[in-house]
Amino acid sequence: MTADATVAPTLPPRGLLTRLRGRGMPWISMVILALVVIAAAFGENVAPHDPNGLNLAAAFRPPVWEPKGEWAYLLGTDNLGRDILSRIIAGARVSLVSALYAIVFAGAIGGLIGMISGYFGGVVDAIIMRLVDIQMSIPALALALVIAAVFGADFDTVVIVIIVTYWTWYARIVRGEILSLKERDYVALAKVAGCGTATIFFRHLLPNIMNTLLVLATLQVGQVIIFEASLSFLGLGIQAPDVSWGLMLSDARNYITNAWWAITMPGIAIMITCLSANMIGDWLRDTFDPKRRQL
Amino acid sequence: MRPSGTFPREWGKVVTGYFLRRVLQGLISIVGASIVIFFISRLSGDPIVLLLPTEAPPALIEQVRQEMGLNEPVWKQYLIFAGKALGGDFGKSYRWQAPALELVLDRLPATIGLALAALAFSILLAVPFGVLSAVYRGSLIDTLGKGFAMLGQAMPNFWVGLLLVLIFAIHLDVLPAYGTGSAAHVLMPAIALGWYPVAAQTRIVRSAMLDVLDSDYIRMGRAVGASERVLVWKYALRNAAIPLVTILGVYFAAMLGGAFVVETVFAWPGVGRTVVEAVFSRDFPVVQVGVLLTSILFVTSNLLVDLSYGFIDPRIRYDR
Repeated sequence: MTADATVAPTLPPRGLLTRLRGRGMPWISMVILALVVIAAAFGENVAPHDPNGLNLAAAFRPPVWEPKGEWAYLLGTDNLGRDILSRIIAGARVSLVSALYAIVFAGAIGGLIGMISGYFGGVVDAIIMRLVDIQMSIPALALALVIAAVFGADFDTVVIVIIVTYWTWYARIVRGEILSLKERDYVALAKVAGCGTATIFFRHLLPNIMNTLLVLATLQVGQVIIFEASLSFLGLGIQAPDVSWGLMLSDARNYITNAWWAITMPGIAIMITCLSANMIGDWLRDTFDPKRRQL
Repeated sequence: MRPSGTFPREWGKVVTGYFLRRVLQGLISIVGASIVIFFISRLSGDPIVLLLPTEAPPALIEQVRQEMGLNEPVWKQYLIFAGKALGGDFGKSYRWQAPALELVLDRLPATIGLALAALAFSILLAVPFGVLSAVYRGSLIDTLGKGFAMLGQAMPNFWVGLLLVLIFAIHLDVLPAYGTGSAAHVLMPAIALGWYPVAAQTRIVRSAMLDVLDSDYIRMGRAVGASERVLVWKYALRNAAIPLVTILGVYFAAMLGGAFVVETVFAWPGVGRTVVEAVFSRDFPVVQVGVLLTSILFVTSNLLVDLSYGFIDPRIRYDR
């Protein structure tokens, strides 16, 4: 009896990959995202030029397919002759690292708070849900402005704001899941068997919300990347000499009449990265839980 | 099922109870937001640095210290802050030498106008797209709509704005690149801001239309030979629009958040740009009141959404 109660719900006897394959797996998105990860991991080592290397003689080179383009600068150069492709590769790191922070910290904090809220209910739940309401009543960018005004703008500000903003998503959705999960027999039986709250949380409930967390995290990657780009674009995020896609767009705005490519290329990098992450997220959601298409 | 005789009175009670609870929740959120904003300013150590210019004379610093109760415990400081805020006193902008609240209120109409224009743009696209993708489900237009939606959610609004400037102001030279003054000025900022919600709105209209088109009264209409166009665009859309209309407040609130960046791209004289500039000139009173005001608008429009459900669609009931 007790043995049955503590056994995790049995999965179909197939491996995860077998279950995932053949359901319209977004291969192209995965390849693109893998390229972005490689760019983020190796940065300067795979970039054709030094991302911050000035070369005024080569300023405002158009992309290679334009009449004056050169193979040395595939996507052209900016006002200081810096290679745009190299800067996009270097900027991938900031985008992905901020997304990673959002996933790990916001997910862990928000997920745990959501579990506590859903599991204990009552006053705890009411207080936590009001906190979520309060958090959600300040638009993320507005909160970022306050934090930047007080602490100054840098990468840490970006990361803090991302975590402070995005934990509420996880908290609300995980809470909803836990509300129904905690009524299941296996939770009641685990309690009867004398499991502590921590055991119930991490051995019995956590495995059941992992799919939800994974889907949420993937769907957030694109949002976080756009959020970071917006902050850096406003001058409240990443500061030079660090490179970020938002910062590149902010620079390029000053010479928008001279170099259309400088304003287009970093934006395309943001767009295809977010597009890939969103498509993978949609696919994961449909695969794991076809009922929750509105997640 | 309740006896129909007692229904209206009881319904009224349920609605009032729900209204009160929601309004109370809204107020708690606003107070909470003010506490959060207040405490962030206290986290940095000495808030005097934020509230007065660095060259302020010691006498003035001491005076403000007394006024704000900075020597008191922090909860008392909050009460002083809240008391003054309720009276409309958020301190002075030291850049503009004017009350911070007045400064931000002056810019509010421009932001609300831009948000409404953006909302109008998104509806103008979302409704036809949503209806057509429901009527011709699985067709080219449905696929196009989906692709368009995915693109919209992957493009930052300020980049859409920059691309519009690049195309319409610089290359084609048909629209002003920034500023205000004419209807042409609002076009590009509104498109940049309204681009993002098109995707979600199209999806809402599409799925509502799919439900409605499948309902008995539409089939009945077809049976009696009503024209398909009238059925779709008049009878079906009228009901399918309900979910979109009720959720517009949420999108309006989202537009307020997005306006912080888009206003900066187009030098639009709204709250967002004012606050961003205030961050750079370290004009904290303006940042504080701008953000708080945005939060209040945000909470209010979300609240109105919740309260409007019953008016727009009497079938929705508030008791759970």
